[in-house]
Amino acid sequence: MALSRKTKDNLIRNAFFLTALSSIVALALIMIYLFVEGLPIFKVVSVTDFLFGNLWYPTSDPPEFGIFPLIAASLAVTVLSSAMAIPLGVMTAIYLAEISSRRTRNIFKPIVELLAALPSVVIGFFGMVVVAPFLQETFDLATGLNLFNAAVMLAFMSVPTICSVSEDAIYSVPPELKEASLALGATHFETIAKVVLPASLSGISTAVMLGMSRAIGETMVVLMVAGGAAMIPTSVFSPVRPMPSSIAAEMAEASFRGNHYRALFAIGIVLFLFTLVFNLVASHVAEKHKQVGAATL
Amino acid sequence: MNQILVARNGLARRHRTQKIMWGVFGLSSLINMAALVLICAFLLIKGLPAISWGFLTEMPRDSMTAGGILPCILGTIYLSLGTMVVAFPLGVASAVYLNEYARPGRTLRLIRLGINNLAGVPSVVFGLFGLAFFVTFFGLGVSLLSGILTLSILVLPVIIGTAEEALKSVPQTYREASLGLGATKWQTIRLVVLPAAMPGMLTGAILGLSRVAGETAAIMFTASVFFTPYLPTNITDSVMALPYHIYVLATAGTDIDKTRPLQYGTALVLIVLVLGMNLGAILYRARLQRKR
Repeated sequence: MALSRKTKDNLIRNAFFLTALSSIVALALIMIYLFVEGLPIFKVVSVTDFLFGNLWYPTSDPPEFGIFPLIAASLAVTVLSSAMAIPLGVMTAIYLAEISSRRTRNIFKPIVELLAALPSVVIGFFGMVVVAPFLQETFDLATGLNLFNAAVMLAFMSVPTICSVSEDAIYSVPPELKEASLALGATHFETIAKVVLPASLSGISTAVMLGMSRAIGETMVVLMVAGGAAMIPTSVFSPVRPMPSSIAAEMAEASFRGNHYRALFAIGIVLFLFTLVFNLVASHVAEKHKQVGAATL
Repeated sequence: MNQILVARNGLARRHRTQKIMWGVFGLSSLINMAALVLICAFLLIKGLPAISWGFLTEMPRDSMTAGGILPCILGTIYLSLGTMVVAFPLGVASAVYLNEYARPGRTLRLIRLGINNLAGVPSVVFGLFGLAFFVTFFGLGVSLLSGILTLSILVLPVIIGTAEEALKSVPQTYREASLGLGATKWQTIRLVVLPAAMPGMLTGAILGLSRVAGETAAIMFTASVFFTPYLPTNITDSVMALPYHIYVLATAGTDIDKTRPLQYGTALVLIVLVLGMNLGAILYRARLQRKR
């Protein structure tokens, strides 16, 4: 029995719809399995003690499961790397979108893309064998594997994200706005600073949030160059142990479904929630403050 | 007269500010270029002496302090290609739904939200999920298959994004012409839209491939092992992989200083593989855009 063309077309449409749901299903499964494996740790340690406890000694007897030093390390690394990556990324974006000639742009854009494509393990390796000895000698430190090193390496990983998303935002500022500013006698730089940037601020904020989300979740770099000490950082040169590096370094030795294993999954939950918030804020900003077109002026 | 002079001076100052700022913006772009060149040049200089035919085609020897990296190269190739076999059809089909069928509304917003957030999940969390779901729940063990499935989910947003771009760039008139000739929607998609969008989609697939090849944290618990004396022959085998091998040699090897040349060599092979694929995709895309 041959299906009518219409029925067949509807069946196919539904098949495509089901496939399109796969991303949501995957996201839901990730959440479910993190919670299933991680939540039982809270029978051993309370949520407050887990989040705000100052001691992370998962293998001593009795074990201590306080991840506050890990959270502090993740935040410190992210903030420090953003302080470098945001100016660098946004200024590069302005240069590419507003100032550079077509030819320069055609050279620089692929370079930013290639920078984004460098595997994180290679950047971590570079931080270990080049940047760490350099820092150690220049600043006379006990170790070059520290917060600062990790932040610099992470900055280079988030610059491409920040740059390409903000460039799109700057590029889509309606030319009428710029022309009006230039016609009033403002210089090109004044137009950029006072018209283009404010008009593309929502896009740039999205870029910044995405860049920070990338930095806080990045694993290999912090695993290799952050130093690995589970202590609250006291200076920019303190060795630290951010959340992803704890998970990656300790999972292999944690006994299957033991408390340590559960605690590492619970760190995964915290990390997941952090990035989820960053991403939701980013899409909210992008959605709510859609850039104004000339027609709405 | 005086006032005009003052205005001129002000203008000169404003133009000077602009010149200085142009320099600052240009400099920040140069820093990016310098970082890329520095990393690549350094690995090239340090890694090249380690590369030989034997290095690429032999097994590791003497607890990985000598010999080659053949199992890592094969492992990475199997993982990346396997991932594409799973993720490319899924991603393209999702993109077709989003771009050709879906109407604006709550469902579409929800799906987009899911894709955006999936793109933001840290790779180590994918690793945890793969460990709990594929390795443990499905009992696939630490294997190529577990790794491929985990990486497929990780790379799905990249494939969907690039496939959608490719579909968007197919002119609306193509669809209208086909529908006007009496073709159904599915015939239009299969015979007109997909062929026209295919080059763009393949570019996306290459970008996804390179992302997967360099991925480490997601395969640490799901597919790759410290060392295996065998080449992978089966989808249930655990494998060695280039990125994980670099990490292992650099941080936990038997003799970290002695194996430095091996580390540089492995890193060089990895970036040549990854950047080569990327450069290929970028050049191919540039050619496509020129043609249009």
